[in-house]
Amino acid sequence: MKALIPLFVILPLAAAFLIPVLAGKIKGFDKYLASLVMLATAFLSLWLLFAHEAYPIIYKIGGWEPVNGIPIGIYFVADGLSVLMLCIITVVGFLAAFYSISYIAKFTGEKYFYALFCLMVAGMNGVVLAGDLFNLFVFLEISVIASYALVAFGIEKQELEASFKYQVMGGLASLLILLGIALLYWQTKTLNLADIALVLEGVGDRKFMLFTQFLLLAGFGLKAALIPFHAWLPDAHSSAPSPISAMLSGVLIKAIGIYAITRLFFNIFILDINIAWVVIVLGSLSMIFGVFLAIGQWDLKRLLAYHSISQMGYVVLGVGIGMLILARGGDLKVASLAIAGGLFHLVNHAVFKGLLFLNAGAIEYRTGTRQLQEMGGLYEKMPITSATSLSASMAISGIPPFNGFFSKLLIILAAVLGKFYLLAVFAVIVSIITLASFMKVQKYAFYGSTLRRELEKIKEVPFAMSFSMIVMALLCLVLSLLIFPGIREAILMPAVDSLMKMGNYGVEILGY
Amino acid sequence: MTLFVLCFLLFLVGLYGVITRRNIIKIVLGICIMEYSMNLFLVLVGYVHDGVAPIITKGSERATFVDPLPQAMVITVIVIGLATTAMLLAIAIRLYRKHGTFDIREINTLKG
Repeated sequence: MKALIPLFVILPLAAAFLIPVLAGKIKGFDKYLASLVMLATAFLSLWLLFAHEAYPIIYKIGGWEPVNGIPIGIYFVADGLSVLMLCIITVVGFLAAFYSISYIAKFTGEKYFYALFCLMVAGMNGVVLAGDLFNLFVFLEISVIASYALVAFGIEKQELEASFKYQVMGGLASLLILLGIALLYWQTKTLNLADIALVLEGVGDRKFMLFTQFLLLAGFGLKAALIPFHAWLPDAHSSAPSPISAMLSGVLIKAIGIYAITRLFFNIFILDINIAWVVIVLGSLSMIFGVFLAIGQWDLKRLLAYHSISQMGYVVLGVGIGMLILARGGDLKVASLAIAGGLFHLVNHAVFKGLLFLNAGAIEYRTGTRQLQEMGGLYEKMPITSATSLSASMAISGIPPFNGFFSKLLIILAAVLGKFYLLAVFAVIVSIITLASFMKVQKYAFYGSTLRRELEKIKEVPFAMSFSMIVMALLCLVLSLLIFPGIREAILMPAVDSLMKMGNYGVEILGY
Repeated sequence: MTLFVLCFLLFLVGLYGVITRRNIIKIVLGICIMEYSMNLFLVLVGYVHDGVAPIITKGSERATFVDPLPQAMVITVIVIGLATTAMLLAIAIRLYRKHGTFDIREINTLKG
């Protein structure tokens, strides 16, 4: 079991190397290898999730044992939260890779696409597994550099400009994170996350730590596109090829933004009420302004990108409420409910936003446009796309049998129980505006009359694309099962527990 | 302390370049300068007063060593910086070919 942990990084990394080397020699090698590797890691991560081995699973690279209780090796740590994130990355990654088999065929340089795709996944898997701060930074850079290149993959004016903007903002964020890491190292003289958690419990310099925390929050907030830092996201996510938009919006901003924020602020730093308020305010700002920016958009992918900001606001809000309650020493049950709601919404958002971007890609593939006004009447022409898009729209706007309803319900319930009535009201209002916005998408894209004559000849997308979309639509339904107590305890609660442990994370990893 | 202040000034120089310049290449240079200041800061964090390079040779077993870990980190950060700079410049060249200019005011079409 332990020896399998590095495979999550090794397999995609090896594929990223092999694809450009061998793709010219063996026909179809690139597309099938990428999908196969993603499928293998997906099975591996699902097996880790369901096998119920006692968490955390620790893999020490090179077998370096701690000396005098001080860890000197590089650790890979798979606890509840990491395994949950791994499942999201690999499952959405597989579906996006499989979808690309048809979608990317129209681009040139296919093999580079798959190589970069695998590199990005290797980076994200590394981020969620890394047991020390510097490796987290290195893997983060691997995944974002691959994503810079993927955003510019179309090499038209718009893609290049979006990629440049993304790189300048991303570079700034990386430097802020690096500065935070340097300051933390200065204070604690260690980089291992568990060790930092232990050392920080004894350090009294609160102001210094607060400054470091703000730096890291700004850095990872930029990566997660929370609202004051969001300017790059709508351009980058809408300019990328659609399977990559699905990966960026569905997975990347969570794996390198939200995951890092939750891991650092729950498990490493001592919880602080000020920081918790900042997180809540960032979350609610993203939630509210994201949806208002989204509703006026006529470019389908830009609209979806703004909704990503808004939905990430829900996740951050849920996690932030949990953080505040824990920092105040309040009711543990409510805190656990809030965090569970946040993480549940994170899982759901990966699925439905991934699906919506794949739908947008399918529409673009057949009609060649992203403008809502130029579509219409696609319901008859593309039944699979239309049906899956309807289910994803209902999921994101919180209509009952779909998963989005239950996660929003948990977050709103936790907000009410924690006496944050105003935030609960905001969450409900934002959900209603989301519904309005997606009714607009459905009306203009799929129903209504066909305005253009050339739309009359289009047909449904090829098998690989419709397969991915159908699987994701089914996941939208199946994931709502996570609300039921037995299943929730098995899948979601280990992740929540690993955050609720707070500072004990260090004790547990280092084993004393 | 002076060194840290100078290092911070270097960071601000880079930030000023990124924010105020209109030329893509100058923005890239600004990011590079910020990166160098970060590397410098990492080395300074590991510096011990009167320390020597952490290599054990005959006669230096008892000497004060500087912290080698930040130096190892700096090497990694330089390599990452190489990748980001190469990527930025590649995009800059592509942008120049499409627009025939490096001025971001003329390139800017997205609303963000």
